[in-house]
Amino acid sequence: MIRLSIPARQVVSKLTLPVLIAASFALLLVGKADTMLADRARVALLDSLAPVYVVLSQPLSRVRAAVNDVVSLWNIRADNAQLRAENDRLRQWQSTALALDAENRRLKAELHWVPDPATAYVTARVVADAGGIYAKAVLLAVGPNHFIRRGEIALDENGLVGRVTDVGARTARVLLITDLNSRIPVMLEQSRGRAILAGTNGPTPRLLYWSDGSPPRDGERVVTSAEADAFPAGLPIGTVHYSAANVPEVVPAANLDRLEMVRIFDYGLQAVVPPEAPRVSADRAR
Amino acid sequence: MPREDQFPGIRPRPSLGRRLDILARQSFPASTTILLMLLCGLPFGIADQATLLPSVTVGCVYFWSLFRPASLPPPVVFLIGLLLDLLGYLPIGVGVLTLLILHGVVLRARRSLTQQGFILVWLAQICVGIVAAGLIWTLTSLLDLQLMPAGPAAFQAMLTAALYPALAIVLTTAHRTLAAPERL
Repeated sequence: MIRLSIPARQVVSKLTLPVLIAASFALLLVGKADTMLADRARVALLDSLAPVYVVLSQPLSRVRAAVNDVVSLWNIRADNAQLRAENDRLRQWQSTALALDAENRRLKAELHWVPDPATAYVTARVVADAGGIYAKAVLLAVGPNHFIRRGEIALDENGLVGRVTDVGARTARVLLITDLNSRIPVMLEQSRGRAILAGTNGPTPRLLYWSDGSPPRDGERVVTSAEADAFPAGLPIGTVHYSAANVPEVVPAANLDRLEMVRIFDYGLQAVVPPEAPRVSADRAR
Repeated sequence: MPREDQFPGIRPRPSLGRRLDILARQSFPASTTILLMLLCGLPFGIADQATLLPSVTVGCVYFWSLFRPASLPPPVVFLIGLLLDLLGYLPIGVGVLTLLILHGVVLRARRSLTQQGFILVWLAQICVGIVAAGLIWTLTSLLDLQLMPAGPAAFQAMLTAALYPALAIVLTTAHRTLAAPERL
């Protein structure tokens, strides 16, 4: 270690903080000028942390499951009654669905309908929140030899979750549909009207730019639209709900607060950002 | 200033074990802060868990800047801020600047504040937490060129204040035992 005289040492110790504050301003500018730099550093850091998170997330999810078991034991009678009622209702729906399915097959056969190709998907475990305070995203642990690319679509068992925005060697980051920068072309299922679903960082994203003739109706189902070639048509997103301020919002079907597993679908769509586009502007362009 | 100048007198020979021990004690604040930050990323399944990371970080940096700044020099605060930016998905530099300003302010107020009781220290921490949350909100909004929702910032300030007593109990014990090189 270099031996400095006492006055010199005092000067150095006095100057460290101002110099570092100046350096952090420089860092702000560099980070703004080259967003890829921060993204790469982040992906590298998370790739190295992912194995630890994977190992630790399994006992954690077991603990959570045990807690849930206890809670559900407490509610078992009420749940049972509710499930019986729901089961009766769903049985009626099942027969309707079966009849409709048969009819649909028959009609498609008459029309020589070209079926959609089956899409490839992989299932990945959600290991960490990847949003921070001002973004909504999750981190997936994917094996070292994965084929996930940016722009692929994440779904859970109920509906659309979001899209892959960053891919590392062992991790992938999925930007949720509730994120402030998320914009998704959607279709209102009954009126077939188009709109844009814009995230607000809150639990319910808002609907924007619907056509004058077809305002979204309360309780209406919202699905993805194939416009802009970013999504396939018809993926379920949620249902319309008017907020207290009379703004149409969408209650997501996917369980975005407690994601554990998601499926990543590769629909082979090309209208996604090029792999080296800056993050903020790329997210905003969606 | 090296320790020999601060505390002149007779002391045991600085063997390797002793030096390692002193080093471990000196690096205790930084290493435990970083470890806590990494643990904040685990999927506990709590709603709004992302707020935990900045709150815990601000709490730890406040405590160690106040009670043991020799073990948390500005370059270490810089590194912790960088980690906060990377793990907390903040624009790069936001956490660094916030924590460095926090560190500087606490160092200024240190002489009078360490004489006070817990309640006053906590009140000061609440103010620091509000300023830190506001600073992160302002800088993020500026850098992203759009107004971020204010709810998460308010929640962060509240969580920072609420976590501090629990954090302070653990850290005070460590401050007097594990993190004290002068106890050797």
